[in-house]
Amino acid sequence: MAVPSTRRLRGLRKALLGLTGLAGFLVVWQLIPTLGLINSQYLPYVTDVFARLAEESVDLAFWRRLGSTMKSWAIGLTVATLAAVVLGTVVGLVPFLRRATHTMIEFLRPIPSVALIPLAVLMFGIQMQAALVIIIYASFWQVFVQVIYGVADVDAVARDTARSFGLTRREQLTHLVLPTALPYLMTGVRLAAAVALILAITAEMVIGNPGLGRMIELSRSAGDSVGLYAFVVVTGLLGLAVNLVFRFVERRTLSWHESIRGEQAL
Amino acid sequence: MTKHPDRIAVAERTAGPDVARRPGVGSRIASSLGYSLGLPMLLLVVWGLLATRSTNRFFPDPLTIFEAFVDTWVGPAFVEDVLPSLYRLGLGITASIVVGIAAGTIIGLVQWLRELLEPLLEFFRAIPPPVLIPVVMLLLGITDTMKVVVIVSGAVWPILLNTIEGVRATDSVMTETAESFQVTWWERLWFLVLPAASPRIMAGVRQGLSVALILMVISEMFASSAGLGYRIAYFQRNYLIAEMWSGILLLGLVGVFLAVVFGIVERRVLRWYHGLREVNRA
Repeated sequence: MAVPSTRRLRGLRKALLGLTGLAGFLVVWQLIPTLGLINSQYLPYVTDVFARLAEESVDLAFWRRLGSTMKSWAIGLTVATLAAVVLGTVVGLVPFLRRATHTMIEFLRPIPSVALIPLAVLMFGIQMQAALVIIIYASFWQVFVQVIYGVADVDAVARDTARSFGLTRREQLTHLVLPTALPYLMTGVRLAAAVALILAITAEMVIGNPGLGRMIELSRSAGDSVGLYAFVVVTGLLGLAVNLVFRFVERRTLSWHESIRGEQAL
Repeated sequence: MTKHPDRIAVAERTAGPDVARRPGVGSRIASSLGYSLGLPMLLLVVWGLLATRSTNRFFPDPLTIFEAFVDTWVGPAFVEDVLPSLYRLGLGITASIVVGIAAGTIIGLVQWLRELLEPLLEFFRAIPPPVLIPVVMLLLGITDTMKVVVIVSGAVWPILLNTIEGVRATDSVMTETAESFQVTWWERLWFLVLPAASPRIMAGVRQGLSVALILMVISEMFASSAGLGYRIAYFQRNYLIAEMWSGILLLGLVGVFLAVVFGIVERRVLRWYHGLREVNRA
């Protein structure tokens, strides 16, 4: 029983140290304007920012803005994932298509999606659709590329075995291709979820459709630095939540896969 | 998980000789050219045909865009708008890589420091980088330094966190071997820890590059009177459609250029690693 208790001690130490780190950061933040190193107009007190957060959290308008950000995030991520899975599976399974689309993909993928913001604004104006164009473009590639890789990664021996056992095309897809591609797909979706959130908020900042990003931009132009920092903290918490949720989903769906099983054994 | 693309790159490379065995060098070149250029050409032609037929002003045909590209970017605009942007981008990327690897190595090697900073770093990584632009603007004003700091403040996190992970995951047998052979601290860092972490570090740099490019564009859209991002936004506000498209094209080219340079550097830095994986796979 000695092993679990040292492990628990270690976990406790880790949690304590982590908390100390967080607390230390907040104290330093509070001290900088207090000591006058940076004017509190540019770096407001932590206490003010947290008071503002508490104030906002009981304001319905705040939750509505959060809701519209998450709405465009969710729609964009879903559309991008569905399109990427379908197209990625087709392109990944047909060698001819894979070769023919290679240069297109290598050229289109690195185009920074924010470059498309002006085009999206021209096409849709200051609306959610404009933001969706950017979100979908950015998150599509994350999933698409992973699906292509994943679908093409089927083990040759397993494929030959499946063939000689006379599995139909459909059975091969569900029993062979899907399990192989799933870890890739989950990685892609996790990355895409983070990217989609970044672009959802960026679009709101630059285009001006309602949401958290717009609030950040409005607080900046109004010189409301407390509000600005409060909203930045909110976006950070939101990003953290998205990361944690998708990591959790990834672990659950891939609990059978050796990459996760291996980690747990350690 | 992040290593999957590498594995595929290897798989494609090992598949190379199979293709090469087919007869005829000339026909081989022709077929690979056909494959790589066929679809883009086809799409350009389709786009051109659609653009000449439709009345939608937002999608000019490729030739118009190409002309606008030459008119807009070849000449003084290249020196005034493009070079300063690229300079800031390069400065930001270099600083992110240096800071990320240096800090990441230290944090990765010192366990208590890592545990102290872990939750904090997780939070900073989760902040969508563009929201840092208003914050940095508030702290530094609208200057060139601010734009570089914005790029660093976003691009440094993936590099930093991947370096920490890579350094931490150094093979314990090798670390103990190095210890028992009394390899000095510097030698151990240079010959063991950094090479062992390099695949992760490169994965982080790849993520950092795309974040840096995004931040370069946005920081200029926000607060600037010159630069690529500013120009594109300016064209859009003035309904200069073809010019706007040429700007998107240029940004795409910058993105592709970054990806190509990264690919070359990665292949050099990780040659041993890809070789190792190939051996393991065979």
